[in-house]
Amino acid sequence: MSHLDALPPWVAVTVAVLVLLGALFAFVGSLGLLRLKNFYQRVHAPTLGTTLGTFFMLAASITCFSVLHARPIFNEVLIGVFLTLTTPITLMLLVRAALYRDREEGSQDVPQLTSKD
Amino acid sequence: MSHALLDVAIGAAQILLLLAMAFSLIRMVRGPRAQDRVLALDALYVNAMILLLTIGIRSGSMLYVEAGLVIALLGFASTVALSKFLMRGQVIE
Amino acid sequence: MIRRWLPHPLLSALLLLIWLIFNQSLAPGTVLLGIAFGIALGRMFDLLDPPKARLRHYPLLLRLFARVVLDIVRSNLAVARIVLFGKRPMRSGFVAIPLQLTDRYGLAVLSCIITSTPGTIWVSYDSSANILLIHVLDLVDEAGWIDSIKQRYERPLLEIFQ
Repeated sequence: MSHLDALPPWVAVTVAVLVLLGALFAFVGSLGLLRLKNFYQRVHAPTLGTTLGTFFMLAASITCFSVLHARPIFNEVLIGVFLTLTTPITLMLLVRAALYRDREEGSQDVPQLTSKD
Repeated sequence: MSHALLDVAIGAAQILLLLAMAFSLIRMVRGPRAQDRVLALDALYVNAMILLLTIGIRSGSMLYVEAGLVIALLGFASTVALSKFLMRGQVIE
Repeated sequence: MIRRWLPHPLLSALLLLIWLIFNQSLAPGTVLLGIAFGIALGRMFDLLDPPKARLRHYPLLLRLFARVVLDIVRSNLAVARIVLFGKRPMRSGFVAIPLQLTDRYGLAVLSCIITSTPGTIWVSYDSSANILLIHVLDLVDEAGWIDSIKQRYERPLLEIFQ
């Protein structure tokens, strides 16, 4: 661990806290994926990882590299922008596919077609 | 002192993220339905991307960030393709 | 002339910005290549013949953004609590919301907001009846959800896009 020793103590503590927070949100999200009862409940869980989980980890990475290289480095912002734009699309498509499949099977737990969707 | 703390924090975060990936894998194997498996795959790649970022912080190399961006791109495309497949049984209509 | 080369100036500027962030440099070559990409992709986008977007009320847009970020944090904590400590049988279900918003871009932004917020997800939208179907993880009172989505998100989006 040579390069991380170059960080001032307060930066090291900040990065540590951010890394832990990010990992914690991603962990809880995946735990929800395992624990919740049916598909429509489970679909909500991974959003934790893609919103706050990624946010804290990107913040940690930006802080760490910017201080290490002594200039602002915010490459990571692109991952955040990209993820916020794409996650809704994937989840919406997935839920629509699930709803379509449930309706095809005649499941009573999902709302029926009102008119043409 | 604070650097030892950072060391421990990154280690703990990596263990948490590995557990998160394991949970997604279990959900992917257990199903029960195809949409659950696709959802688990989606969560798996997001967790893998976050894990790559922690490895990047630990090793001090910016290359991991680029790798994370590529994972996010490919994961998005694959989940969309799989969702399309679930909807109609065809990827390209 | 300027219309021809830059049919979507905002899009081209955004592409240039993304290119510069990605490369982390302001070298002349990078800027030049970014401008070329911005112009080329902007013209390519125009070939798709996208419907025109009218944005109004930029301060309101910023306020909406701040509100959404705050809501995302709050519902992150709420969903985390449900996952970690939820023992009681939780009632979750679908909610149908009649909308007034019909602008495509407004609906796109609304869908991103609803889906990015943990605990609610956009399911489908019926454009003939203008009814939106969402799924809510912790459905305590249905009328409250309808009301909060209409008040918090739809009202500002109506002012911004229509």
